[in-house]
Amino acid sequence: MASNIKIRAKNSNGVTTVKSLMSHVMETGLRKDKETGEPIPAHFIQEVTAKWKDDVVMTALWSGGVSKNPYLSFKFNGGEAGDPIEITWVDNQGNTETGTAEIS
Amino acid sequence: MIDAKRRILLKGSLGAGAVGVAVGAGLLAPRAVLAAWPEAAFKAEDQSTALKDLLGSDTIEDSDKVKIKAPDIAENGAVVPVTVEGEVDDAKSISIFAAGNNTPLIASFEMSDSAVPFVSTRIKMAKTADVVAVVQTADGLLGASKPVKVTIGGCGG
Repeated sequence: MASNIKIRAKNSNGVTTVKSLMSHVMETGLRKDKETGEPIPAHFIQEVTAKWKDDVVMTALWSGGVSKNPYLSFKFNGGEAGDPIEITWVDNQGNTETGTAEIS
Repeated sequence: MIDAKRRILLKGSLGAGAVGVAVGAGLLAPRAVLAAWPEAAFKAEDQSTALKDLLGSDTIEDSDKVKIKAPDIAENGAVVPVTVEGEVDDAKSISIFAAGNNTPLIASFEMSDSAVPFVSTRIKMAKTADVVAVVQTADGLLGASKPVKVTIGGCGG
């Protein structure tokens, strides 16, 4: 499956800034369907792991309180142009997706 | 004969159905995949309980080393941009709370040694309330808060 995670990573003065956009409904489980009144089941990303080469730089633990189609930006010391960045998410229904990009 | 087969088929699909429900309700798969996801902290209805469960303490020292960037007024509570920076060398994690939400803990970011204590994301806010950021350091928890006025709540749709 083509990845739906968009990643931009840029190194400047030794610090790499990563910006990413994921595609996910991020349902809290608290909302109800407006027409049927049925509760909409919780469906949200629970864990995001960000790797620079083989090292985990950051692990994010999320609730359904993160907005739909989540945006995430973080920074780390190090990184050179061409190094791979990998971001993987896992949601509460067991789905997972991984995106990669190179530092520019 | 046909009846017997039908019974087996029914039994089979019922069994599969039950597993499907269990997975859907978050009982099976996520636990297996995500042993670390702190469910109790995320389900806690107050910040203190969530903090104790997540970080082992709810003692926060207010600190100007914790910077929160969020709008004064959020027109749409479903998408409130929040950036948190900790001006410390040894941040282990950054946690973000929306004090007015049913379950205030929004997210917690675990930092590796190379990570800079900086995160930026977008969160949902049910109503006007404080955004609280907690930076975990070796010496304890540093915190700051920033009021955000929400004109349309983010949890109703």
